[in-house]
Amino acid sequence: MNAKERILGKLRGSLQGTTPIVDDYDIELLNEPWRYPPAERVARLRQMLGAVHGESQLSSTFGWPMQVIESLAQRNIGELLIAPTTPHGHQFADFVARTGAPLRLKAYDRPVEAWKDELFFRTPASLTGTLGGIAATGSLVLWPTPQEPRLMSLVPPLHIALLKASEVLDNLYQFMHAHRWADGMPTNALLVSGPSKTADIQQTLAYGAHGPKELLVLILEDA
Amino acid sequence: MSDVAHAPAQPIAFKRNAREALADPQLRRNFRGAMDFLMDKRRSQFPDGDELERLRAFGNRVRARALSRLPELLERLDARLSRNGVKVHWAETVDEANAVVHRIVEQHAAKKVIKGKSMVSEEMEMNHYLGDRGVDCLESDMGEFIVQLRAEKPAHIIMPAIHLNAGQVAQLFHDKLEVDYTEDVDRLIQIGRETLRRNFFEADIGVSGVNFAIAETGTLLLVENEGNGRMSTTVPPVHIAVTGIEKVVENLRDVIPLLSLLTRSATGQAITTYVNMISGPRKADELDGPQEVHLVLLDNGRSQAFADGELRQTLNCIRCGACMNHCPVYTRIGGHAYGTVYPGPIGKIVTPHMLGLDATRDLPTASSMCGACGEVCPVKIPIPSLLRRLREEAVRAPDAAPQHVRGQGAKYSRKETMVWKAWRTLNTSPALYRAALYAGTRLRALMPANIGPWTDHRSAPKPAARTLHELAREHLGDQ
Repeated sequence: MNAKERILGKLRGSLQGTTPIVDDYDIELLNEPWRYPPAERVARLRQMLGAVHGESQLSSTFGWPMQVIESLAQRNIGELLIAPTTPHGHQFADFVARTGAPLRLKAYDRPVEAWKDELFFRTPASLTGTLGGIAATGSLVLWPTPQEPRLMSLVPPLHIALLKASEVLDNLYQFMHAHRWADGMPTNALLVSGPSKTADIQQTLAYGAHGPKELLVLILEDA
Repeated sequence: MSDVAHAPAQPIAFKRNAREALADPQLRRNFRGAMDFLMDKRRSQFPDGDELERLRAFGNRVRARALSRLPELLERLDARLSRNGVKVHWAETVDEANAVVHRIVEQHAAKKVIKGKSMVSEEMEMNHYLGDRGVDCLESDMGEFIVQLRAEKPAHIIMPAIHLNAGQVAQLFHDKLEVDYTEDVDRLIQIGRETLRRNFFEADIGVSGVNFAIAETGTLLLVENEGNGRMSTTVPPVHIAVTGIEKVVENLRDVIPLLSLLTRSATGQAITTYVNMISGPRKADELDGPQEVHLVLLDNGRSQAFADGELRQTLNCIRCGACMNHCPVYTRIGGHAYGTVYPGPIGKIVTPHMLGLDATRDLPTASSMCGACGEVCPVKIPIPSLLRRLREEAVRAPDAAPQHVRGQGAKYSRKETMVWKAWRTLNTSPALYRAALYAGTRLRALMPANIGPWTDHRSAPKPAARTLHELAREHLGDQ
């Protein structure tokens, strides 16, 4: 017998004569206290994000590339990591090419091993999309893809995320249900609520622990 | 001051450890401040008492339901994860678990392991085990990194360096990392960030714990604020997750109430910065993520707790730490005095299953039974009742059947058992009882003035001149 069989054998023996507890899942409790009128969802998300130092700006489908450029300029950042084969990555690259904005674009188009050093130590900012947002907790839902890999939202010190207002739902239950997560999950899915932080030294909150020091969310009100 | 790091305390020396901790004013100030902070934070997250109570009851049912089908859910988890490409390993003991990890390390000729926060890896003493075999094992959670630099163990399961203040960390970084002394917390965190970023970059293997393992989808869910958990599970080519067999839940949606209870109870946050859901290694067309993901499922005494319907509730625990934050004993003696990986109330009920009651005999009695831990527990573990139960197990005759807990009878004393038997006889036979009380009242003058520790700070009690029975009879006779 191997360890698995021994452990399972013990557990089964202990349950002999018992019946499994039925699932009386309380949807109302997870849903009702965390619902918002549609017009207030984005405001709630922004308020919750702001409380944990997440910056957000209202934007539009056509206006956001300029806001990205301005935000980078304010921070004296001259480089941005993008996912060029995503629609937003494409739109941004196109915008930069058309306007001649003084910005060097980097594409995450090869395995991390091929450029790990540059990603870790010479990539100050990144731009990603999101699957949506959750108003109750001020969370972004990220569902990394081969086109837009997971480290894009983790390693660069500034993470700029695009969020479609129509994809902001009330709470996690609604989001999970609407997107049918139970049917299958990607290799990695994330909820991100603000820039990385820690209170491990004397309960003093400090931002920029190991992940992004800044999170900027551009909310596309018309999308 | 508690600045001198010494050999980790042992639970068997609990009383001595506690006395030492009580005599350390710096330690007590640090804990008092930290616990007040965490209690306030939690309170602010639950403004609606009704919602809190309903959510606790819900969390309790979700955990109880998972445990009521534990073997089946573990098998389903194993099957789903395997289908997703995760290699699942089972271990009955910490030695087995360490051997599994070491085998993976050897297969990859790994020299450097970076760890996200994992209490199960602390149970395993993985750093020590791998260190002895020439493998560097570095903690990456800021708090864990600090306690590792001090060669200490975590003082709290959520906030490992809670026993230290900024000045102590400043001195530590100055001494060990050779940086300028600064008490600026932002600067200290940036020093930690820079030091550890290099290590994430270089590590061959990342190790993490698991907050919830979801059987339905084969998903490992981790919560954290720093991003070190994501780094440890995403950057190195191999990720090893280690967790206890009780961490499984049935469905993905089951994590919603538990997640809400966990982050709000632990640190008073509506949600942590990151909720990281891992369902498999890097796929052929993906550009990052580990090429291999392993899960080690550890028993280490959990199946013993599981075997008894009452003690099984111990395994509801979602490791939020609220019980220690609200514990008057923990607040005064701190986390190290327990000498166990899990300190505080939850540690007192879970550790006896891991180490046996003989090694932990003083833990179940290190409680005033005030009940705060049970009241705040987000999954309603009746911690005070379980403490009382473990006290009973500790004084049952060592050979009495059935044996529920290893080390049964660790505090058994023939004399004490006889005294209680006599007490029972006295209180259940009226004639004997009346005779004893009659003797007690008539011989009251013989009561000694000095009766041991009782009279160190008090005067000795003096029996009344007549028994309550006599007085009552007289009173009723008048009517």
